[in-house]
Amino acid sequence: MPIIQIILFGFALTTEVKDTQVAVLAPTNDEVSTRIIEKLNASAYFHVVEKIHNTTDIQLVFRDAKAKLVVVFEDHFSEKLHHTGKAHIQLIADATDPNAATSFTFYASNIIASYQQELMADSKNPYQIIPEVKMLYNPQMVGAFNFVPGVLGMILILICAMMTSIAIVREKEMGTMEILLVSPMKPIYIILSKITPYFVLSCVNFTTTILLSVFVLKVPIVGSLASLIVVSLLYIFLSLSVGLLVSTLTDSQQAAMLISGMGFMIPVMMLSGMIFPIENMPVALQWLSNIVPARWYISAVKAIMIEGLGITSVLKEVAIMILMIVVLITISLKKFKIRLE
Amino acid sequence: MLKFLLKKEFKQFLRNSFLPKMIFIFPLNVLLIFPWAASYEIKNLNLSVIDNDHSTYSQQLIQKVISSNYFKLTDVSPNYRQALKSIEKNQSDIILEIPAQFEKELVNGQGGKVMISANAVNGMKGGIGMTYLSGIIVAFNKQVVDELMPSGAGVNSTPTILVDSQYRFNQNLNYRVFMVPALMVMLLTMMCGFLPAISIVFEKQLGTMEQINVSPVPRFTFILAKLIPFWLIGFIVISIGFIIAWAVYGLIPAGHFSSLYMFAAIYILGISGLGLVVSNYASTLQQAMFTIFFFMMLFIMLSGLYTPIDSMPEWAKWIAAFNPLKHFMFVMRSIYLKGSNPIQLMNDLLALIGFAVFFNSWAVMSYRKKN
Repeated sequence: MPIIQIILFGFALTTEVKDTQVAVLAPTNDEVSTRIIEKLNASAYFHVVEKIHNTTDIQLVFRDAKAKLVVVFEDHFSEKLHHTGKAHIQLIADATDPNAATSFTFYASNIIASYQQELMADSKNPYQIIPEVKMLYNPQMVGAFNFVPGVLGMILILICAMMTSIAIVREKEMGTMEILLVSPMKPIYIILSKITPYFVLSCVNFTTTILLSVFVLKVPIVGSLASLIVVSLLYIFLSLSVGLLVSTLTDSQQAAMLISGMGFMIPVMMLSGMIFPIENMPVALQWLSNIVPARWYISAVKAIMIEGLGITSVLKEVAIMILMIVVLITISLKKFKIRLE
Repeated sequence: MLKFLLKKEFKQFLRNSFLPKMIFIFPLNVLLIFPWAASYEIKNLNLSVIDNDHSTYSQQLIQKVISSNYFKLTDVSPNYRQALKSIEKNQSDIILEIPAQFEKELVNGQGGKVMISANAVNGMKGGIGMTYLSGIIVAFNKQVVDELMPSGAGVNSTPTILVDSQYRFNQNLNYRVFMVPALMVMLLTMMCGFLPAISIVFEKQLGTMEQINVSPVPRFTFILAKLIPFWLIGFIVISIGFIIAWAVYGLIPAGHFSSLYMFAAIYILGISGLGLVVSNYASTLQQAMFTIFFFMMLFIMLSGLYTPIDSMPEWAKWIAAFNPLKHFMFVMRSIYLKGSNPIQLMNDLLALIGFAVFFNSWAVMSYRKKN
């Protein structure tokens, strides 16, 4: 199950803009506008699907979801450009998805600007600033580099928590809890032995996902494998303790499952920094995100796996995770009722 | 017959100490908190500057970058290695390096070089930061040219294309407007997906299932009686969603409420049907939860909620086409923001009806009275 998920998501999830459908409104079909349209179409970002002929069609194109961007050239574009030296292009974007809208208008303006540069090349500009650009850690800007650590963090915590969350509550429901309670076992042993089988299972889980992301998704492990494993084992243990806490607090399997499966899903997705950058959130939510274990794990995995930093640079994350484990286990122990009601 | 079964379902539901509370608390929490978290908007990128030139132009350039709204100067490093450290520590996202001789080479017409290095672990963030920064540099370049060139000569006579952009349906590019309808969909999916998935299996575990099995209840009636409560729950959840969207986020659908409710009604049937199918096959609560959880994750991640479908590879688009959540998400956003009507959304309407029919007939077929 996690295997299918990591492959699917690793390939499919990307926030890059590719193949955006574009409609063009060019009242006069002239040389310059055709060149620009060709240029847009040739780039990986855009795909010109439709030519429309009047402004009322713009609304229709958007409503029927045929295109997300409409490029509007003014009348006699080429003529105006050459004679008056100025011509207008309007980019109208469907901003129902604001993020995509900003990115593709940006790309479109860039393409037009590069055409402009070609025009300028004729008239010499001696004073140029040449920017040299380097994309660190992820030169091709592959979406998987960002999403694999995120999906890994999300899947591990949800599955681990769901598995352990019913561990104790099931014994309560089945009535076998009484047997455990009258036995001379200390609560800490009961709790630890509950975790162990799931821990082994999760490790297998983790190994397969990592192998897949390296060999199938081609996400490299730049840093040391050992530190990645250490951090991950810690995280698995943490996730299991989260489930265990849920288990000691609830009294039916149903509630335990719903809390750990459904209740955790949205916070983990939204507040872990997996999809939405934490820096952009309101301060209150940034605080809240501190208690989401996945946040720390994801940031540690990104540092180790992709940036290739050593374990020393993720000490903060490791310390926080250890702290969380201690707190969670202590609460579970405190809440663990040795007596029947 | 149906009446009594429904009575049983509601009694079972209301006697549960946990479920009735959940259908109110869960949507409220999700809709009040999470839309605020959802923003890709890249502002306040942390900038690290290495100025080896210390000239008027390099200072001006840096000033220009900082005075734009996008960048915040967090680090000034003497060399590249130091700057890289600050990226590793997450203190900065992008490095602007101005080499020595920058001004000299620029003025001499050899072309002044600057180096931009962006942290691209998050490809999009890196890419946007890079584009912003290059944009500012180009603007600065123009300014320099204007300063150095005698007015009117050369540059002004080159043809310029003026580009202006307009954002339809969401002029202020408010991300919450985009997320709130989507979160409603997600809520509906989770409530009406998880709950049915555990409902039949729950009866199996309690042992009450055998009583139903020996009763003369037809299969169809049984499934229908299971479906209707979730249908109502779905309506409650989505109405809570509409109220919050209006009261907290000031969001009123551009289209009709009636079409929203119509689509929701069909969608809930479909997704609850899937839940019941899972519940029929599973023999323990755990199995049911894990299976439905798997589908939920697939549906949610491949629905276009977080990442645009257009950017996915071809095969993923195919999977997405068979994802009821994708269709409903699209419908909600179209109705809320663009005011589309059901005729324009015919494809999605048909798809949703198809899912509802498919899953529910499957649910009826897969329900066996014998073990």
